[in-house]
Amino acid sequence: MSEFHNLQELRRSASLANKVFIQRDYSEGTACRFQTKFPSELESRIERTLFEDTVKTLNTFYAEAEKIGGQSYLEGCLACATAYLIFLCMETRYEKVLKKIAKYIQEQNEKIYAPRGLLITDPIERGMRVIEVSIYEDRGSSGSSSGSSSVSVSTAR
Amino acid sequence: MKNCDYQQIDPKVVPTYASPSHIGTRGPRRVRRKWEVFPGKNRFYCGGRIMMAQQSGVLPLTLGLILVTTGLFFIFDCPFLVKHLSSCVPVIGAVLFVFVFITLLQTSFSDPGILPRATLEEAANVERQIDSSGNSSYRPPPRTKEVLINQQMVKLKYCFTCKMFRPPRTSHCSLCDNCVERFDHHCPWVGNCVGKRNYRFFYTFIVSLSFLTSFIFGCVSTHLAMSTTQQKHSFSYPHASFLWFRVMFELVICFFSVWSILGLSGFHTYLVASNMTTNEDIKGSWSGKSGDVATNPFSHRNVFVNCCSVLCAPLPPSLIDRRGILPVEEESAQMCHADIQLPANKNQRNMVGAPAHHPLCLKPHSKLKAELAAAASACLSVVKVWLSG
Repeated sequence: MSEFHNLQELRRSASLANKVFIQRDYSEGTACRFQTKFPSELESRIERTLFEDTVKTLNTFYAEAEKIGGQSYLEGCLACATAYLIFLCMETRYEKVLKKIAKYIQEQNEKIYAPRGLLITDPIERGMRVIEVSIYEDRGSSGSSSGSSSVSVSTAR
Repeated sequence: MKNCDYQQIDPKVVPTYASPSHIGTRGPRRVRRKWEVFPGKNRFYCGGRIMMAQQSGVLPLTLGLILVTTGLFFIFDCPFLVKHLSSCVPVIGAVLFVFVFITLLQTSFSDPGILPRATLEEAANVERQIDSSGNSSYRPPPRTKEVLINQQMVKLKYCFTCKMFRPPRTSHCSLCDNCVERFDHHCPWVGNCVGKRNYRFFYTFIVSLSFLTSFIFGCVSTHLAMSTTQQKHSFSYPHASFLWFRVMFELVICFFSVWSILGLSGFHTYLVASNMTTNEDIKGSWSGKSGDVATNPFSHRNVFVNCCSVLCAPLPPSLIDRRGILPVEEESAQMCHADIQLPANKNQRNMVGAPAHHPLCLKPHSKLKAELAAAASACLSVVKVWLSG
């Protein structure tokens, strides 16, 4: 298993081997939720509980952003009364939570994922469709087989 | 919209955006934004802040009708009604007009909830999953996926343009060439799609427009009735013909608008109360075909909760990040992707709009392509040097 101490070392000495995509979970509707099923490609790289915790926390953040309750009703009514002009002036609740999510993902990457040669991409950069987990190999030990896997991905099209 | 401090690390990427020694003798390059390489058929103005469909449809007509009718109302009917009825008349008219105008512009100029197309790796991953589902026949494998949503089976279709399985309630608009979340319909009157992000603006627009047209219709009828009874014996010919012409114009516009807009508002109120979209209603997605009792799995079974979830839910963010800065390697990837995947005439529509007379923020297509080609070749040479070093 590749070990890296931090993001800087990952950048210098690693090459991208593969990408794993965690899909959306639509069992409860169109609200943003990701599947917590542990992908087999990550079995040798990270503990199951750590990964599941990350996905569950992200799901909690998204549920908080999309929560329909007293506060959202009030905001909706106020917005309607102002012909929705407040959306141009104010940061919406969703945007505030997205910033928290970006911070959380950065923190997780620095503390947990980069030392294991993994990187999580913020779902907002993939249209909230997937959580993209990039798997890196140590450039010195990768060899031709894993280094060519990302090339074969793009040439297979 | 978002200020994500964390940048995805890809060791194969050149970390700097503008590097004169690599690009050539051109000097530091202008920062490019993602709207400039947006693959859908949309037009962008004001640096990507405003977006519309490729064809503005009858939006100028909509604006013209509203402005002319309201203008005539304020100029000719309001003074009479303020004198003979109440001074609230112009105030109410002004408030309704402001609502109508602002919500119309918001519906037309905002992102309806466009889903960005899948990245190359994502698309390849989906293809692998489809191929590995074990289809050995000569026909291509079925591009649908069944998911269970609130204990009901819903079929997700694969979008060949966007290279992904469409999320539930998402539909691909052929006019805009985008997948739109919670796609309602493409409205030519506002010149944009109506989807998850701008449905509330659209609904407020049609409701306030029905109030405005009813109000103007009522005021004009009142003015006509009052001025006919008051000036029965003193009609002079030039004034009478102009009065009748103007009144007829306003009445005809308002009469047809009232019935059609009121009808549309009523229909959309029904859709909001049952948490359905026009698209689903037309296709009969939840009408229970073949004897099955198919109900809407997205409905909360409560009219009030449905209304609140559609109109008062937190406004979702725009997923296409129009004003985001385009990393150098993505420019070359986008260009290659566009050249390989799309036919030649599509590349022309790849940019903000081919006709040269479109206002603001446009760039000649050939110059941009040349810049992208130069950037791509410079980028590749740097990456080769770095990997070998």
